[in-house]
Amino acid sequence: MRGPNEPVLEVKNLCSYIPTSRGVIKPVNNISFSIGAGEIVALVGESGSGKSVTALSIMGLNSPSIKYEKDSVISFKGENLLKMKKRQMKKIRGNEISMIFQDPMSSLNPLHPIGKQIAEPIQLHQGVSYQKAKEIVVNLLAKVGIPDPENRLNDYPHQLSGGMRQRIMIAMALACNPSLLIADEPTTALDVTIQAQILNVMRDLQKDTGISILIITHDLGVVAEMADRVLVMYCGEIVEEGDVYSLFKNPQHPYTKGLLASVPKLRGASEKLLHTIPGAVPNPLELPKGCNFSGRCSYATEKCLTEAPNLVETGKDRRAACWHIVDLQTEEVTVHA
Amino acid sequence: MFFKFLLRRLMYVIPMLIVTTLIVFSLILIIPGDPALALLGDNATEEKLALLRSQLGLDQPVLIQYWNWLTNAVQGDLGRSLFTGEIVSDAVFSRLGITFQLVVASIVFSFIFGMIFAIGSVIKPNSWMDYISRFMGTIGTAIPNFWLAMLLIVVFSVNLGWLPATGFTSISDNLGGFFQSIILPAICLGAFGAAQITRQLRSSLLEVLESDYIRTAYSKGLLLWPVIWKHALRNSLLPVITTTGLLFGNMLGATVVIETVFAIPGMGQLAVNSILQRDFPMLQGVVLVMVILVLIINFVTDVLYSVLDPRIEIK
Ligand SMILES: Nc1ncnc2c1ncn2[C@@H]1O[C@H](COP(=O)(O)OP(=O)(O)OP(=O)(O)O)[C@@H](O)[C@H]1O
Ligand code: SF4
Ligand SMILES: [Mg+2]
Repeated sequence: MRGPNEPVLEVKNLCSYIPTSRGVIKPVNNISFSIGAGEIVALVGESGSGKSVTALSIMGLNSPSIKYEKDSVISFKGENLLKMKKRQMKKIRGNEISMIFQDPMSSLNPLHPIGKQIAEPIQLHQGVSYQKAKEIVVNLLAKVGIPDPENRLNDYPHQLSGGMRQRIMIAMALACNPSLLIADEPTTALDVTIQAQILNVMRDLQKDTGISILIITHDLGVVAEMADRVLVMYCGEIVEEGDVYSLFKNPQHPYTKGLLASVPKLRGASEKLLHTIPGAVPNPLELPKGCNFSGRCSYATEKCLTEAPNLVETGKDRRAACWHIVDLQTEEVTVHA
Repeated sequence: MFFKFLLRRLMYVIPMLIVTTLIVFSLILIIPGDPALALLGDNATEEKLALLRSQLGLDQPVLIQYWNWLTNAVQGDLGRSLFTGEIVSDAVFSRLGITFQLVVASIVFSFIFGMIFAIGSVIKPNSWMDYISRFMGTIGTAIPNFWLAMLLIVVFSVNLGWLPATGFTSISDNLGGFFQSIILPAICLGAFGAAQITRQLRSSLLEVLESDYIRTAYSKGLLLWPVIWKHALRNSLLPVITTTGLLFGNMLGATVVIETVFAIPGMGQLAVNSILQRDFPMLQGVVLVMVILVLIINFVTDVLYSVLDPRIEIK
């Protein structure tokens, strides 16, 4: 049995690689983290940093070209998902762990009515008929804020707006009361006002059900709004981790600091040009020898170019991978959540 | 709604029919040969020939001839065979059923094989099944149907003696006999279609299987087969419907060859005989019915599209 503080999900040394003709790419390189019961954890990072690959590893839905190192572990309720047979994994997907995706316009099957699509995981995992599942579906639709749910069951996705479709996706993901929801950029494709609504729906449902959520985003506003804890990814590695409040207040890794500085602020900042991190993400086939961020880091020293820093404990519930954390901490931090 | 749609389709079907029949009428007159000569033989005198021509109305200008044919046709009278005196509409309709059975059997054959090869190919890329499918997709398109017909006759009728080389048994007369007589012609007529459907379904399945809603289906806990069956196949079949509609017309044309090779007394064979005998009214009747068939299939295709895809509304 799990204790009250035991994590729902524990990722240990997750290492994925893709052999290509020009060398091996490691989309996710030796990351470890956990998600506690009822916790909302945000995974942030630039495009290509390995967020989606991490999420899809948990679901077991990465493309077959992506392989995992032998000692990678994704432990869910005491079992290593990476070692599971397809038949066992099928019982977890959509039932105990479910996922919603970035583009609600294309994530629903255009040829099936939404009622049937939401009912599908219920029918699959609980072995009930559509008639039986229908009642649950109507409840779910009401919960995610779809008005007049009884009469929406036979609607097709093309009849609904993007925001409505994302609500449908959420309803579908929550259909079997999973203990973990993975949301891969759930609001990126939506209008700003709709984004806020969807985040509200997710937060309310989290409070109601106590589900754990892993939310992937590159929008730090979303992080501040939703998350308890943040994981910052860069080039397939976690470079910093901490609770939202202290991480925003006091970023320890230069990359996190850069990310925070590039967020537009409402007050006072309108005159100043937005800060952007100089340079570009290195080619995954030609990663630098030392710290992956060294090519873009203004704090880099000789050591950074030759030795890669490990992710180490830097405070209460804080971890960072940087040789010069201390220097940063003594610096005035100008960014606020 | 549906009635309006039907009406609008009819509006464009009528000019289509007029144009096609006029083209056929003109083409017939371009073909060298004289029906009067064909009827009376080489020994006929010039006077007799002229008399017969005027009896048949063949001495009148083309447009008048066409107009006469058209006004009768509208009243359901397609005339009589110049050669046998048979009523054209009776002769055509008695053969329509045979050709229809042959074409439907060929479509069914194309579909079954197309689906098996396409699905077999996508479930495991670069497997032996994938290679076989791709090979079939190429060879089925490239192989001439008459050549395939002769090959199959030599192997299965002459050498093995399993199936009859010629003749046709209607499905209403004898089911077993029907299958025996239809297998080889349907394979020959359907090989091209099977290849087309394999290629198209394979590529559209590959595309659909990459789409976001397929990932959603997997994330619900479905495995490969239910994902293909419930989510990928119907979406992938949409573009195939258009191909199948086109195949139908294609096959109707190819019956001319296949029915001749297998001595099946259908419309294709009737068309060939009418051309050889310069039996203009008969040929015109065959073409008219074939064109109408193709138009009906187009119509059915459109309706089927809107039935399968809720995003498309019949207008
Ligand atoms: N199937 C695949 N084949 C080859 N490379 C892949 C594959 N999937 C991911 N990658 C590579 O792995 C890296 C990480 O990709 P991932 O999709 O996880 O990024 P991400 O952090 O989700 O970015 P984004 O914000 O753009 O969604 C990228 O460099 C990507 O090109
Ligand atoms: S290790 Fe060096 S290069 Fe890397 S982030 Fe820290 S200071 Fe910058
Ligand atoms: Mg992503």
